[in-house]
Amino acid sequence: MISLSWYLIFAAALFCIGLFGVLSRKNAIAILMGIELMLNAVNVNLVAFWRYVNPGQITGQVFAIIVFAVAASEVAVGLALFISIYRRRGTIAADEIDLMKW
Amino acid sequence: MRTELLIWLLPLPPLLAFFIIILFSNKSKWLSHSIAVGAALLSFLGAMIVIYRAITTPHLGENPFTSNIRWIPTGDTWLTIGVQVDPLTAIVLFFVAWTVLMIFIYSVGYHNFGKPKGDHDQPGLPPHGSTVSDAHGHKQRIFSIEPMYSRFFAFIGLFAFGMYVLVVSNNLLTLFIGWEIMGLCSYLLIGFWFSKPSARNAAIKAFMTTRIGDVFLLLGIVYLYTATGTLSYQDIFRNPEVLHNLATIPSPIMGLSTAALIGILIFIGTIGKSAQWPLHVWLPDAMEGPTPVSAMIHAATMVSAGVYLVIRCFPLLSAGAENGGLTPPMIFMAVIGTITAIFAATIAITQNDIKRVLAYSTISQLGFMIAALGIGGYVAALFHLVTHAFFKALLFLGSGSVIHGMEHGVYHSGQHIDPQDMYNMGGLRKKMPITFWTFTIGGLALAGFPLLTAGFWSKDEIFADSFAHAPIVFIILAISALLTAIYTMRQISLTFLGNPRTKEAEHAHESHWTMTYPLIILAFFAIVFGWLGIPEDFPLIGGLVPNFLHDFVGSTLLEHPEALPFNPIPLITSLLVSLGGLLIGWLIYRNIPNGAVDPLQKPLGKFYTVLKNKYYFDEFYQWAIIKPSIWFADVFVSVWMDRKVIDGFLHWFAFISMEIGRFLRNFIDKPIINGFGDLVGEVTKRTGFIIRPMQTGKIQQYMIMALVTLAAFTILFYYLLISVR
Repeated sequence: MISLSWYLIFAAALFCIGLFGVLSRKNAIAILMGIELMLNAVNVNLVAFWRYVNPGQITGQVFAIIVFAVAASEVAVGLALFISIYRRRGTIAADEIDLMKW
Repeated sequence: MRTELLIWLLPLPPLLAFFIIILFSNKSKWLSHSIAVGAALLSFLGAMIVIYRAITTPHLGENPFTSNIRWIPTGDTWLTIGVQVDPLTAIVLFFVAWTVLMIFIYSVGYHNFGKPKGDHDQPGLPPHGSTVSDAHGHKQRIFSIEPMYSRFFAFIGLFAFGMYVLVVSNNLLTLFIGWEIMGLCSYLLIGFWFSKPSARNAAIKAFMTTRIGDVFLLLGIVYLYTATGTLSYQDIFRNPEVLHNLATIPSPIMGLSTAALIGILIFIGTIGKSAQWPLHVWLPDAMEGPTPVSAMIHAATMVSAGVYLVIRCFPLLSAGAENGGLTPPMIFMAVIGTITAIFAATIAITQNDIKRVLAYSTISQLGFMIAALGIGGYVAALFHLVTHAFFKALLFLGSGSVIHGMEHGVYHSGQHIDPQDMYNMGGLRKKMPITFWTFTIGGLALAGFPLLTAGFWSKDEIFADSFAHAPIVFIILAISALLTAIYTMRQISLTFLGNPRTKEAEHAHESHWTMTYPLIILAFFAIVFGWLGIPEDFPLIGGLVPNFLHDFVGSTLLEHPEALPFNPIPLITSLLVSLGGLLIGWLIYRNIPNGAVDPLQKPLGKFYTVLKNKYYFDEFYQWAIIKPSIWFADVFVSVWMDRKVIDGFLHWFAFISMEIGRFLRNFIDKPIINGFGDLVGEVTKRTGFIIRPMQTGKIQQYMIMALVTLAAFTILFYYLLISVR
């Protein structure tokens, strides 16, 4: 049987890919996608720990579902913001949106 | 009502009247004088009840009406104050109550109540009269009402309060309080017409001069309290042990006993208040005040307070005298009193102002009392004090009435002559009969007209006492009495007898009833009161009326003073000087024509000028005291001390302070404090300048930074918290 550590390693790799995407991509939508990857890595962790450590409870699944819901609404808000930014400034490249510069 | 409670209440109505008038009723002249006269009447009625009970109480001298309250805690004892009515108080209260009430009523008329407002009158000046036109259109000037009418009644109310407090108090402290209240009222009332420079100066002079005496009096009181621990009359004056101690313990000054030193200090207070030589100068100038004030303060009550004080303190003053000997304070009093009596009498002969003559006469008569007390004539001094209060109040009020009548003439003629100068009068007996008769009665009492008048009996007693104890005093007092009779007759002759010397005197007019009725009542006492003190063994009439005064008042002392055996010499002298003086005065002054100089001017020569100028005492004080004082104030204190020394010190001090301040600013404040403040700002600014490129506005860089920081902290915590365990 596949042990818990496989899942954890997979989740860590997924998290790193997401993090790399967030930090390296210029397109804001790609950054958003990276964030989704990181959230999914967390979900993998939650489900894995539930299955291996405490299968009698349903807390892991509940957390995972809450994270889905939050991520979905976050994406909805984020995309709306990007559309708004694009309409005003004609771009959604992250390094060109520097209104908060000194 | 209990007598003690009644005594406590006696001084209160005039005080309440003062506050009510000042605070509420001063707009209404009618209300103000009603309140004041009503208050005086209340006190008067209370005083009469108290006196009646005092007279009908046997052995009042041993057990006077008295009541004490605790007032000020002094360490573990209490300073008690209280009231007391013993025979001496009762007699003094009698004349105070009567004269105060009479003068209150008289003031209503004197200040022209019911007359219109003056044309040009203003507060601070005497009324100048107003012009009215009658039914036929004739314009005529009449009296105008005093502009500060209510203020006057408020002040004399306060004054009456002071006098009542002084009389009913049973200790020297409250006596002193009343004494000072009267000093203040005297100042306020002499300066009542404060827009007149002469009135202002007179007020200041009176206040300053009496202040000299007051300081000594206070010293005496303090010394007495230190020596005995009490200020109550009963504990000191009726306690042989205390008196004996005071008389035997020596004081630090000049080998006097404690009693003698205290006595002299207290007597100096009297010199100031009762205008004795050499502090007499304020009293004649005090005539600047309205005439009721002159009568009340400067004849009947306040100056009497000084004599009352020494009569009250007589057991102390005479402590240590054995077998009729005299103590140092008594000798001092005899000397001062005698000098004052003759000194003031000589000046009075040459004065032309009707009120000034009376002022000097007052000084002289007060001298009689002091001299009488100095030779041990306790009852005689009090007797003369009372009769003098009545006839001198009468004379002053009479002179006020005369002045009023003359002012009527002045309004009629429209000329500016002095309505107080006796040489402008003459023949007023027909114009002002009531004033004439009452004034004459007062004058005869002052001159000591035999048998009938009060002044004769009191003066006779002083003569008898002085003849028995100190013949020199007797001779000088006799000469003074002769002069008294002369100047009194001079005054009566110049004012009332002969023919009018001016048009104004022709048109003089009798005064209002509020002024004449008090005159009549006071004239009654100026005659009748003397009959209370007729010696038992006087030829013919002695014993017809019992010698009430001697028995009653004498019981105030521990040892009842013995009545002197009758001696014809003082009686004959008394008759001679009074009748002779009156005759001389009448012969010289009976018919002076208009514009004549004083008949005494030629025979007296240079001496007349000296007398006319009052022995140059004012000039002497001006030269010896006032000028040096002003020099001291102006040159020494102001220019040298104040501007040079004190200002110099202050400037130097300011300079030093400035230098210290400059040093602190340049070497502490600027470099250290400011430097630190600047440093903080600069460092913050530089730091910000250095690290601000970090704020790129690029979200991904921020995230990297956050990641790096998080990683760093994670590692840090791992090593610090986890691996250490």
